[in-house]
Amino acid sequence: MRTVAVVGASLAGLSAARSLRKRGYDGRLVVIGDELHRPYDRPPLSKEFLAGAIGEADLALERDDEDLRAEWVLGTRATGLDRTERAIRLADGRDIRADGVVIATGAAARRLPGTEGLAGVHVLRTLDDARALRDDLARGGRLVVIGGGFIGAEVAATGYGLGLDVTVIEAAPTPLAGPLGETMGGIVSALHADHGVRLLCGVAVKGLSGDERSEMGVPPDGVWGRVDAVLLEDGRSIPADTVVVGVGARPCVDWLEGSGVALDNGVKCGSDGRTSLAGVVAVGDCASWYDPRTGAHRRVEHWTGAMERPDAAVATLLAHGATQPGVPRPPYFWSDQYGVKIQFVGHAAGADSVTVEEGATDDRSFLAVYRRAGEPVAVLGMNQPRLFTRWRKQLTADPRRFPRSAA
Amino acid sequence: MIPACRLADLPRGEAHRLDIDPPVSVFHTDDGELYAIDDTCTHQDASLADGWLEGCEVECPLHASKFDLRTGAVDSPPAKLPVRTHEVVVEDGMIYVRLSTQAPNLPPCVAARLAGGPA
Repeated sequence: MRTVAVVGASLAGLSAARSLRKRGYDGRLVVIGDELHRPYDRPPLSKEFLAGAIGEADLALERDDEDLRAEWVLGTRATGLDRTERAIRLADGRDIRADGVVIATGAAARRLPGTEGLAGVHVLRTLDDARALRDDLARGGRLVVIGGGFIGAEVAATGYGLGLDVTVIEAAPTPLAGPLGETMGGIVSALHADHGVRLLCGVAVKGLSGDERSEMGVPPDGVWGRVDAVLLEDGRSIPADTVVVGVGARPCVDWLEGSGVALDNGVKCGSDGRTSLAGVVAVGDCASWYDPRTGAHRRVEHWTGAMERPDAAVATLLAHGATQPGVPRPPYFWSDQYGVKIQFVGHAAGADSVTVEEGATDDRSFLAVYRRAGEPVAVLGMNQPRLFTRWRKQLTADPRRFPRSAA
Repeated sequence: MIPACRLADLPRGEAHRLDIDPPVSVFHTDDGELYAIDDTCTHQDASLADGWLEGCEVECPLHASKFDLRTGAVDSPPAKLPVRTHEVVVEDGMIYVRLSTQAPNLPPCVAARLAGGPA
C-alpha cells in the first residue's frame, strides 16, 4: 500500500493515522478535513471550554512533539469516492489518489428547519460553533435548550453555571430514554430540577420567533434579526435570548452516494470497520459497525469508540481484509452535568430490568446494572467512578462472568 | 519518605491514594510490582487510583487516557503530558514513597484553581 487517505481529521481520523504509523505503515499518508483546525477534542466544547475554564490550546489532540509524517489537507470537504480511479474527490477540485481509504467523516448536528439566519440560534458540534455560543452565553439572559439529550443537558448545566436563566425542552415524555431507558433517563434528567432549571417534556417545538426586520431587506451579513422566543405546539411561547438546538446528529456520508460503499444510517461495516469495498474501512460517528454482542449494526457516536476502534479497522486495512474480526469493547460514554459525573457502558435497549446495586438515586451517587434474562448488559454510574470502572472492566472482559457485586 | 500503607493491605490489582497535595497513588500490579505516580490525570481532574489497572498501565476512570506506571508516559490520549513517577520503598512490610522533585503536570482546570483562577 503506497498511499492511504484518511477522510476526516477529528478523533477517529487522527486515531486511524496514529494506528497506521504504529503498525508500521511507512507510505504516503494524507489526512483530509473539512474544518480548518487540526484535530481537537470535542467533549469539552459543551462543558469546560464553553464555561471558559479551558482555552483552545487545551483542546488540541496532538502532542507538541508528535509527527505522523502526514499531509494535512484541511478546510476542504470530500465530495466523492471514485472506486475505479481509487480517488477521493475534493470540493476544491483536487483528486487524491489512494489505494487505502479510511472514512472518518463523522456526523453533523441536526438543525431546525427555517432557523437559518436568525441570530442567537446555535447548534454545537464544532469549535467554531462553540466559540459563537460562548460569545452569546456571555451576554447572559435566558437560554432555551431544545433537546434534553446529553449535549443539550450539558449546555444547560454550563449555562446554569454561568448564571443564565435556563429552560430545557424535550419532545419525548422522558429525556435520555433512548440511551438510558425510561427509569434512569428520568433520574439523570432530574439533575435539571435539582438546580432550578426548567425541564418541559412531551412537547414539540413549533418554531422560533425573532425580530425579523424584513422590510429592511436582506442585511449585508445575511442575518435577519435575533431570536426572542421558542414557540411550542401547545401554544406556549418561551422567551429566549439564546437558543441551542441539540436534537441529534446525522452521519456525514452523502459524499459516498453512488460510490459502491454500502450505506445504511452511516457506512455499513463489519465488526472491524471493513466496508463493502475492498481497501476501504470506516470509523467513528459515521460508521455503523456490526456488533456481535447484539447481532445488529449500530452507529456509536461516542468519543471512546472514535478512539479505540480505528486500530482494528487499520489492522484490517493493512492486512487487505485477511484478519479475523474481533468483538469491539462495549460502547462507553461519559457526561458531566452540574458537577455530577455520569458514566455508562453497554446497551440499555435490550435490558428487561435495571437495579440500583450501590448508593442511592436520591443522593445522585449510585451504580445501576441493566440485565437481560439475568445477564448484565449495561451499567450506569453517577459519581461512582471507582466502582463503575470495576464493573466496566468485568462487562468488557466477559459478560458471562459478570459478578453479582463488584464491590 | 512518606509512609503509604502496609504491603499486606494493598492486594495485587489495587491502588492506594495518599491524600497529600497533589495526591499520589501507589499501584500494586497483578505481577506484584509496586509503582507510585501522581494520582491526578493530566487531562482533567480524575483520580487514577479509581482507574483501570492492566499490566503496567493505568487507564483514567473518566476519559480513558492511559499512563505507563514505570515511566509516567502517556500511552493513550486525550492526556498529552506525563504524570510524575515517584520512588517506592518497602521496609518491614511498610510501603513508603519518596516524592519526585519535578513540577507536576496538573490538568488545566486544577492548575487554574490552585492559581486562584476560575475552577
